[in-house]
Amino acid sequence: MIRIAVVGLGKMGLSHLAIVNAHPEVELAAVCDASKYVLGVLEKYTGVATYSDYDAMLRELDLDAVLIATPSRTHASMVRQALERGLHVFCEKPFTLSVQDAEELTALAQEKGAVTQVGYHNRFVGAFAEVKKLLDAGAIGKVTHVLGEAYGPVVLKPKGATWRSKKEEGGGALYDYAAHPLNLLNWYLGAPVGVGGTVLNPIFSREIDDEVHGTLFYEGGTSARISVNWSDESYRKMTTRITIWGTEGRIFADRQECQVYLRDTAPVPDGYEPGWNVRYTTELTEPVGYYLRGEEYSAQIDHFVTRVRDGLVDGINGFESAAETDRVIALMIADARKGASTTALDEVVEPAPVTGRRRWRLPWLLPQPAPQSVGQLETRKGS
Amino acid sequence: MDRLLFGDNQFFGVNHMSEEKARAQAMRFQSLDAVIDVLDSAYDAGVRTFMCTTHDRIALIADHVRANPERYPDFTFYPCMPYAHKYANAVTEDGMLGALRRFLPDEGLFDAAMRGASSMAKKDIEGVTTLLIDAEMKMFEGLRTPVVFLQNVIVDMLLGLGFKEAFRIFAEHVARRYDAEPAFITMNLPALLPVLEELGIENPIVCSNINKIGFRMSGGLEAYETALRERRFRAVAMSVFASGAIPADEAIEWVCTQPNVESIVFGASSARNIRSTRELVARHWDLEPSLVG
Repeated sequence: MIRIAVVGLGKMGLSHLAIVNAHPEVELAAVCDASKYVLGVLEKYTGVATYSDYDAMLRELDLDAVLIATPSRTHASMVRQALERGLHVFCEKPFTLSVQDAEELTALAQEKGAVTQVGYHNRFVGAFAEVKKLLDAGAIGKVTHVLGEAYGPVVLKPKGATWRSKKEEGGGALYDYAAHPLNLLNWYLGAPVGVGGTVLNPIFSREIDDEVHGTLFYEGGTSARISVNWSDESYRKMTTRITIWGTEGRIFADRQECQVYLRDTAPVPDGYEPGWNVRYTTELTEPVGYYLRGEEYSAQIDHFVTRVRDGLVDGINGFESAAETDRVIALMIADARKGASTTALDEVVEPAPVTGRRRWRLPWLLPQPAPQSVGQLETRKGS
Repeated sequence: MDRLLFGDNQFFGVNHMSEEKARAQAMRFQSLDAVIDVLDSAYDAGVRTFMCTTHDRIALIADHVRANPERYPDFTFYPCMPYAHKYANAVTEDGMLGALRRFLPDEGLFDAAMRGASSMAKKDIEGVTTLLIDAEMKMFEGLRTPVVFLQNVIVDMLLGLGFKEAFRIFAEHVARRYDAEPAFITMNLPALLPVLEELGIENPIVCSNINKIGFRMSGGLEAYETALRERRFRAVAMSVFASGAIPADEAIEWVCTQPNVESIVFGASSARNIRSTRELVARHWDLEPSLVG
């Protein structure tokens, strides 16, 4: 049995807790949260050991692993403490809010030989995993462009009092929503060489971004666009989707299905044929032992538990790969901070061919002091 | 229970196969008239029990049925509570306790205030739970609700947490206050049944995926078959077509020949599909409506 403590009992924490507790190879050692009220209720009705002091819990209990689902700002220090005590760590996404933290923790985990995982559950969604297999097999030839999208109805009016509405706590659609398609892009294309045209805009929020748009550039000329909006009421719940164009075909995937068009010239993988191919979740999804809200949540916990049991440091969603996503997020924040990069008509030199791209910055869109996103919105209104 | 129950996923843009189809359905059923047309087709085909979430729009359907008693003498609702996304989005916005406050009745009822306040203070979930149930049941006032379901996200969350007491509270409150049979939806049937038995909830109505290919039957097809054979409970089968992965006649034949399946819940968007499903089931089952006694 693997002894795990679950830290942070918000929406994801409770969901992880239920899945961990139902796992036949896990012994739930304790839960830890800042809210003594939530702890009191859980203790009274489920009998689980509770801690409101993380340090005390780590000191007093003999654990194999911790599962951290606290507000993002606290991830780095909690993960560090756990690693220093020689524990394996599962951490909710986003991993950290700073590239330096992410890199240090990745190095520390390697040094300690810890099994690490971050909760990018989309890599456990059958349809998204199928995309990875198809790309690895070169099924659509050379990938030229990818569109990564996420939409949902989270912030629909100007209010909100939780940590998710605070910029310094890792709130906002970039960390909460965009991190998912960005993480999939990392999986499919590797790390980008740069980003551009990033827009981090509030729609209803005061200090955080509710929509995220931007371009990512990869080696070899491949590019990707991110389009994210968590103030979109037309979606019943969060929807993440990926569209990939290649020289030999096109792939579309969301949680439910994977639609693939293969040209006659494509190297058609087994089980596929030229033209349209549709694979549904019913055939792409492996059954899980315990189901809550989607197979992927149970599958990722099972993957972690299995790796801890067998001492497998390599696996899906280790710190190193989550740190890559943290780096892209940091790039996008820095890019948005620079303000819009635009090209005006008088820059277009004719008839001589344009030899290089010039960046021309509107004077009123020079870097603004924090809060950045609000500054951008205001200048836009004025322009 | 009727042997055929009509589900509501199609009306709310829920489709486990395709988001495109889900959206097309959401567009089509934006008009309440379109929803009522389909419900009328079901009713006229003898499918008179509507198993529905406590989505805000269901309140409008409840109003319609209440306003037309002569058209719907036998119309029966099986409410499934709560509509979880409503709560999940509220938690993201307001945090756990903030969301809870938002959904508790605020009309200043003495009873509600007392139950809420004292149970919050004592960390006693009974008061809060029964208040939430009452809030969800409000839209069905004066209508026939002989069976009330607890939704799978909540059932499976509580089951995973080991929060068993909540099932007892739900069962007792639904029976006492609404004179209804408590019922449960789960994606983990083999894990839930022993827990309900341990709590003394006898011969419970439990709805779960039951389909030939074992889709979303967590614990495995075999464990489900054993449970159907050996456990004392009243099974309601959902997702019998596994989102369209099994041909309709094959799916129905399989599920109708499983032991102990009392009812099938299915969704459909047209009179034609309702009739064809009913005809397929009628090949195996006697479909005279029989209500919960």
